[in-house]
Amino acid sequence: MNIIVLVKQVPDTSEVKINRETNTLIRDGVPSIINPYDMYAIEEALRLREQRGGKVTAVTMGPPQAAEALKETVAMGVDDVVLLSDRAFAGADTWATSYTLAKGIKKIGNFDLVIAGKQAIDGDTAQVGPETADMLGIPFVAYIRKIEKVENGKMTAERMMDEGYDVVETSLPALITVVKEINQPRLPSLKGKMKAKSLKVTTLTAKDIDADENMIGLKGSPTKVVKIFPPAPRGQREFLTGSIEDQITTVIKKLKEQSLI
Amino acid sequence: MDYLLTEEQIMIRDLARQIAVEKIVPVRAELDEQNKFPSDIMKAIAQADLFGIYIPEEYGGLGKKSLELCITVEELSKACLGVSTSYAANALGSYPILLYGSDAQKKKYLPDIATGKKLVAFGLTEANAGSDASGIQTTSKLNGIEYVINGTKQWITNGGEADVYTIIAITDKSKGARGASAFIVEKGTPGFTFGKKENKMGIRASSTTELIFNNCRIPKENLIAKEGMGFIVAMKTLDSSRTGVGAQGVGVAQGAIDEAIRFARHRVQFGQPVTSFQAIQHMLADMQTMTEAARSLIYSVSRFIDSGAKDFSRASAMAKLFATDVAMKVTTDAVQVMGGSGYMKEYPVEKMMRDAKILQIYEGTNQIQRNVIALDMIKEASRQK
Repeated sequence: MNIIVLVKQVPDTSEVKINRETNTLIRDGVPSIINPYDMYAIEEALRLREQRGGKVTAVTMGPPQAAEALKETVAMGVDDVVLLSDRAFAGADTWATSYTLAKGIKKIGNFDLVIAGKQAIDGDTAQVGPETADMLGIPFVAYIRKIEKVENGKMTAERMMDEGYDVVETSLPALITVVKEINQPRLPSLKGKMKAKSLKVTTLTAKDIDADENMIGLKGSPTKVVKIFPPAPRGQREFLTGSIEDQITTVIKKLKEQSLI
Repeated sequence: MDYLLTEEQIMIRDLARQIAVEKIVPVRAELDEQNKFPSDIMKAIAQADLFGIYIPEEYGGLGKKSLELCITVEELSKACLGVSTSYAANALGSYPILLYGSDAQKKKYLPDIATGKKLVAFGLTEANAGSDASGIQTTSKLNGIEYVINGTKQWITNGGEADVYTIIAITDKSKGARGASAFIVEKGTPGFTFGKKENKMGIRASSTTELIFNNCRIPKENLIAKEGMGFIVAMKTLDSSRTGVGAQGVGVAQGAIDEAIRFARHRVQFGQPVTSFQAIQHMLADMQTMTEAARSLIYSVSRFIDSGAKDFSRASAMAKLFATDVAMKVTTDAVQVMGGSGYMKEYPVEKMMRDAKILQIYEGTNQIQRNVIALDMIKEASRQK
């Protein structure tokens, strides 16, 4: 079973600080990590390979330094990596990114399954997975929390819903996105890290993947950013516990204290 | 401090540190409280290839040596000595095979040890054979194509959890110390069972049990080296493992210092953080200086061993002695720096202090280490005359 995993290099948001004057992220010196949701995708791909054989290829679109994220996947056990990198890709929104990834995946070819994290922690759009599936013309299933079985060109999986879960069957190849409930990502191995250290990452440019120049980067991005602003800060909140009676008594007391009733 | 580690050694250190922080720290209090063997952590260590560090590449290991093993042990020990004991005892148990095993024995056992598929334990100690290893009463008699083992080993680390046991038993009582031999016994061999699991003061995540042999028959091929080599195998095994115990000392000492200083910076008394008091500053300075000295000794003795030294009993005894005495002192002082909070189970230093005590006792008490060091010094002086 050949699996392609989509990964994204993102700033470690637990380390990001905000410039209070400009309300923008201070990106300087912030370490880059693999999008945490993608770690579950990598782990699931490795587990499927361990059960069924085949090969796992990690793909990312990004600047040359995104090769580091790909090397981390190799340290975890991924067989092969492809970096889609070209100045012409810069400024891509989710649409242009999905187009680029789809072209890259077609170039790699020979795959049974594409796995991605449910969303990236920087943009939080959750759009690249479904859009890429659409551009590849393959089925898409989101929020997978468990893969039940893979046989006869079909996969059965549990899709997490707000309440409970759906059992979904899809034909393969398909693209799925996974949630953190699906597994616990492994740590890198020493042999993997050594392999990663000496690895030369394969880089494909726009030309290599036969991308239409009007579909990539800023040019291929219909999204226009009108304004960026932080959401209004929420007031102080408090959760009450205890019996309903106690909670009601507390609420009334607090409202009275503030002269609201 | 720059310890002049290679890029690969730093990679090993960082990986061990990642396991310590992500896998061990969150569960160490629970493992301690519940006397629970860290199976999940052992799996994570195996998956990270760390069981194979000191095993030659031809047997599926990484072909590194004492220094790399010490670095790994140190990092794991910063988080939990119970876990690092389980890990280090694996190395201890495999040294008899690594140092004296036949090619067939190495081929049979080392690859599974390197991947962590099989855990190992070393069985020397008995009720009447502690510091005086010559008091061993477990016997092994050749009977055709088998050895028949009878007796009980005591306080064996990884007992019950390990799949492979390297043990020392008497094959010829009349020959005294030259009558002992080393054997490999696999878990599940009829006549081989485990006694009670000990309830210990510290390193409670590690398993310590008796090994009971009752007419346990093992194939003749499981003899390590030759009959009568048992004590040499045991002593060389302990010589090789001692730096690892020292590394445990360095790790737990550093772990305790890190906790103590983090706490002291935020603990306010008399209107200021307690780190502003010289009494605390001097304690912290002494703790770090001693730990740094212990680390330097461990690293230089490891490098000496790794350079191919033949006789390093004295050096490894000094490393174990110094680093573990430092560990006891530093962990005790870490509790003192943190005061009442240090004594409480909410913070990890009381556990570190309880855990550290065993380092002065096992794999040769520090009194025995002093004997080894002094005897070697006297021997050398007498040769120079």
